[in-house]
Amino acid sequence: MTQAGAGSDPAGSAPPLEIHDLTVAYRNKPVLWGVDLAAPAGRLIGIVGPNGAGKSTLIKACMGLLPCASGWVKAFGRPVPESLGRIGYVPQRESVDWDFPVSVMDVVLMGRYGRIGLFRRPSAEDRRIARDCLDQVQMLPFADRQISNLSGGQQQRVFLARALAQESDLYFMDEPFAGVDAATEASIIAILQGLRDRGKTLLVVHHDLPTARDYFDWLLLLNLRVVAFGPTAEVFTPELLQKTYGGRLTLLSEVAEAVQAKAR
Amino acid sequence: MTLVPDFSVQRVFVEPWTTEIGTHGMMALVTFLVGATCGLVGNFLILRRMALMGDAVSHSVLPGIAVAFLWTGSRGIGAMVLGAFVAAFATHLLIEAITRHSRVRPDAAIGIAFSTLFALGVVLVAVFADRVDLDQDCVLNGDLPMIPLEPPVRLGSLSLGPPPLVRLAGLMAASVLLLVLFYKELMLTSFDPGLAAGLGLPVRAVHHGLMLWLALSVVASFEAVGAILVIALLILPGATAALLTERMVPRLVLGTVHAALSAVGGMHLSVALDCSPAGAAVVAGAVWFTAAWLFSPTAGLVPRWWRAWRAT
Repeated sequence: MTQAGAGSDPAGSAPPLEIHDLTVAYRNKPVLWGVDLAAPAGRLIGIVGPNGAGKSTLIKACMGLLPCASGWVKAFGRPVPESLGRIGYVPQRESVDWDFPVSVMDVVLMGRYGRIGLFRRPSAEDRRIARDCLDQVQMLPFADRQISNLSGGQQQRVFLARALAQESDLYFMDEPFAGVDAATEASIIAILQGLRDRGKTLLVVHHDLPTARDYFDWLLLLNLRVVAFGPTAEVFTPELLQKTYGGRLTLLSEVAEAVQAKAR
Repeated sequence: MTLVPDFSVQRVFVEPWTTEIGTHGMMALVTFLVGATCGLVGNFLILRRMALMGDAVSHSVLPGIAVAFLWTGSRGIGAMVLGAFVAAFATHLLIEAITRHSRVRPDAAIGIAFSTLFALGVVLVAVFADRVDLDQDCVLNGDLPMIPLEPPVRLGSLSLGPPPLVRLAGLMAASVLLLVLFYKELMLTSFDPGLAAGLGLPVRAVHHGLMLWLALSVVASFEAVGAILVIALLILPGATAALLTERMVPRLVLGTVHAALSAVGGMHLSVALDCSPAGAAVVAGAVWFTAAWLFSPTAGLVPRWWRAWRAT
């Protein structure tokens, strides 16, 4: 976290995401405390931790959707509001009303709104990109469907296509695997890995510890504070996981299993 | 003595379109413009689950007018409209303030803000009854039959119609223009405010803008149908359209069709029963809503029962 002399770096070599001393409070109670980290470029980073650890809060605070009690967040060496064009966001699926009167295509096109600008309609090029993104998540045949007629996994893939349509360099994703089946989960992770291979940086909130080790290059272990942040091989250890999850027995036994499976 | 006049096809269905076109036809046209304008903004209130805001803003018209009265001592339409508009927007800001700076949730905040302001209006009118020559009834229930009698607005030698009609037509045109210009932003901030903020859209400004639009629509309408019945015309068109289609643009168009059918239905009903035309229009609107609820091909109760019965 000392490698970037904050502010002095030219934008080109600045880390995609740099968080300094970030504290977020809800009704005067801190829900996230003194978060300090710099995410390297081209990594698929998992954010794990128990319920109420502040995983979603961290993402929302980074996006500027929540007020911060202290600290700052920079993306590509600039304050987040100045870098929004390079940041993609996938909120939790339950955060929106799926009875909303729009089609799948309309939702994916929303990812382009930041680039389209005021008083304009999506161009043919925007539509081509949206179709391409839908194709990547295998949802192109559903383009004209009303979104309320989709299954949970399909909704999640539409959200992913919308994020792809943003054509960002840094992505925040809040539980993109929630409520999807195993096949969808595999296809989503393949897309995320593809983005990483093209040099994008992804921070993904994930709640399933055993798969976290396989999916992510780096892990952020979070429980109000940063317990550990680094390459998965270095931080996915019983000691650090115990520190993150505390005395939660069922989760701990899951962790133990996962670690044993790794040893075998 | 009979309460309801004898029915005659000539009187109920023909004369409003022929000899009475200048009165009944004019009233129906004004009612249609109220329903169409309010229906557009109402569609977005329904999308955002903020239908109650329509209640709140329309109730604040009474204290707004009362204060404008005490302040200026004039019963001019300018002061009245300005007072109502300021009060309507102040209600929105008060609700925002309560929601943001207390633990009270938005629905409760709406309930507190509008009933209190309405009560304030009632108290003001009562206390200053000697100085405020204000017809409370007119504010709350409108005075549609008076509108055709108002001297028309003239543009050179051209007569454009009574002032409320001109105001409503102007607002309707402005509303359509607003929709065309900001449709994207209205839709995204309604569907996913988180992503909208993440894309750099001014989510709060859009919200304030929508409330401004609501306040303008209510203020332009209360003179015709009253501050209470306008609530129905805010919500009924959008709610009826939502039962018939799952796409937004068809919803907006169908809401306008609903407004037209309510105005025409209300006109015939009010002639037949010799009752308040504004009340009759809302009753007609509710009848159309019920029809959609029962018979909508996709969401209607009867087609659903029919399919279930056939499946057994």
